[in-house]
Amino acid sequence: MAVSVDEAVSPGPVRDRRPPRRRSGGRGRVVIEVAVLAVLAAVMLFPVLWMIETSIKENRDVYAIPAKFFDFTVTLDHFKDVFVDSGGGPTTLSGSFLNSVIVAGVSTVLATVLGVPAAWAYSRFSVKAKKDQLFFILSTRFMPPVVVVIPIFLMYRQVGLFDTKLGLILIYTAFNVPFTIWMMKGFVDEVPAEYEDAAMLDGYTRLQAFWKFTLPLLLPGIAATAVFALIFSWNEFVFAIFLTSSDAVRTAPPAIAGLIGGTTVDWGLVAAASIVFALPVLVFSYLVRKHLVAGVTLGAVRR
Amino acid sequence: MAGIEVTTLHKRYPDGTVAVEHVDLSIGDGELFVMLGPSGCGKTTTLRAIAGLERQTSGDIRIGDTLVNDLPPAERDIAMVFQFYALYPHLRTRDNLAFPLRAEGLPKAEVEERVAEAARLMRLGPLLDRRPHRLSGGEQQRVALARALVRRPRAFLMDEPLTNLDAELRADMRTEIKHLQGELGTTMVYVTHDQVEAMSLGHRIAILNKGRVEQIGTPLEVYDRPASLFCAAFIGSPPMNLIEVELADGKLRSKSGLALTPPPNLPLDRSLIAGVRPEALEVTEPGADGSVPGRVVSAEWLGDEIIYVVDHGDQRDVRVRMPLNVRFAADAPVGLRHTGGPPPVYDANTEELVA
Repeated sequence: MAVSVDEAVSPGPVRDRRPPRRRSGGRGRVVIEVAVLAVLAAVMLFPVLWMIETSIKENRDVYAIPAKFFDFTVTLDHFKDVFVDSGGGPTTLSGSFLNSVIVAGVSTVLATVLGVPAAWAYSRFSVKAKKDQLFFILSTRFMPPVVVVIPIFLMYRQVGLFDTKLGLILIYTAFNVPFTIWMMKGFVDEVPAEYEDAAMLDGYTRLQAFWKFTLPLLLPGIAATAVFALIFSWNEFVFAIFLTSSDAVRTAPPAIAGLIGGTTVDWGLVAAASIVFALPVLVFSYLVRKHLVAGVTLGAVRR
Repeated sequence: MAGIEVTTLHKRYPDGTVAVEHVDLSIGDGELFVMLGPSGCGKTTTLRAIAGLERQTSGDIRIGDTLVNDLPPAERDIAMVFQFYALYPHLRTRDNLAFPLRAEGLPKAEVEERVAEAARLMRLGPLLDRRPHRLSGGEQQRVALARALVRRPRAFLMDEPLTNLDAELRADMRTEIKHLQGELGTTMVYVTHDQVEAMSLGHRIAILNKGRVEQIGTPLEVYDRPASLFCAAFIGSPPMNLIEVELADGKLRSKSGLALTPPPNLPLDRSLIAGVRPEALEVTEPGADGSVPGRVVSAEWLGDEIIYVVDHGDQRDVRVRMPLNVRFAADAPVGLRHTGGPPPVYDANTEELVA
């Protein structure tokens, strides 16, 4: 029988090679962790689950007491009601969704188109009082919308921007440009300026150098920044409710809020509309999640 | 190929910082000219102004016979190598090399021929199909050099090209750059903060400080007779010992009594500082002929030599370079004496060379 040297000279039984249990706790600790996390998850996710359930319940099940968790008839009528009214035409709610798409989309594009070159300029060029300018730009974000909404309302009424999509687009762009500049400046700082220098020596103008060499390297950052800007514009409620009055202009957040407050509330419709409202941002964030993570961590790593 | 003339260059940024106060340079055709100085001295700004990447506030730049003040970088017919190489990350080595040529619109056959030639010169054959992120630092720098020389420019501008390489590779690349420049005979302006690089590469060195030229000269001139206290303290490792001296009995004497041979034509109406290289001093047994008493503060054993820091009763300790066979322990009482010829002497107020 072959005996290995280790065994032969081993003073006692072979030691246990399994990794030692985690020092504190062990099984009991795991149970507590799981329990706490489960409670937290339930508290956080229950409203969402309940919203989803409500949106697919018939009205009498919605109001059933005791509440029905599982045995109810599934219906998609509420989702249909979000878009199609009883006469077969589009609902005002569907118009609000379209308004939201236009307002959020255009303001995000504008903020990106204005903010990225500005960030590039602040990163690359020596500008008089650069720090003060950047601080001023940031300071426009210090005040929450609700503080400035009254003066803006008065100004908008004077210049004819009240109750227009353009008005909302402009105010959202104004709120997103500072954010875009600050986010993007970090990303531009990370891209060595030497690429542009080299390209300029190779025969390109400064703008061509930016367009051909720096911009492609900024795309992950632009994606991350644009998603944040989009989420802000999409979710924004205060400006939307103060600066619009007609259904033709109103965006989805105030329109959905408007569903609540009559003598009867069609909770099924509210829930369905809320889900339709939440989906685009979720889907969009999921699609660019790789860039989002890269975007959020990129700034933290030095060359 | 062409020389480069820089006259009364001044660069002030919009935020008020002055990067270059006043720089005049006359760089000869085919010369390897090094601009040396600490960070913030204006050397890189000067180089970038020559390249056209910065517009000077005032002053003229000529490359060859052309006044290039208003020419964009691409039309100055120069190539630049950067500290971070700046290889286009999405292009293979081959395309990185061909890129400036294609931008010029050269015919395909000539592009290929020139790329092949540059690849051969810099021995890039096996790397031609790799992208920059698959190259080591040294390889990237060789590609960057090849990309500069593929254009056959009138001048090379090098912005601290070796700073990011490790010490061994740096020495190799230094040799390579010097050899290459000699072979091509192209004017090269080389910016560095590393005095060893400057001394070993440059035909001439310009030492810059606070946006001004402190001294221009060959490496030997710069080493032997630094033009100012700044240059004296900057060149050499360890740097010159700066010793306050007075003329007495035909000798320059420090407060401790250390005697130095005075240079001729010494002005007597001001306070003087002598610059003494560590190798022009000698640590002796205490009481040796012509020595002043001192004490070893520390001894650095560098393998081929020992640097002694000696306290000789003056305000500042002096550093002395000695061969390995002369050994004194720390704290040992010793003698200190001067063995070299007349040292350069500086005015303590203007900090400039007076004799």
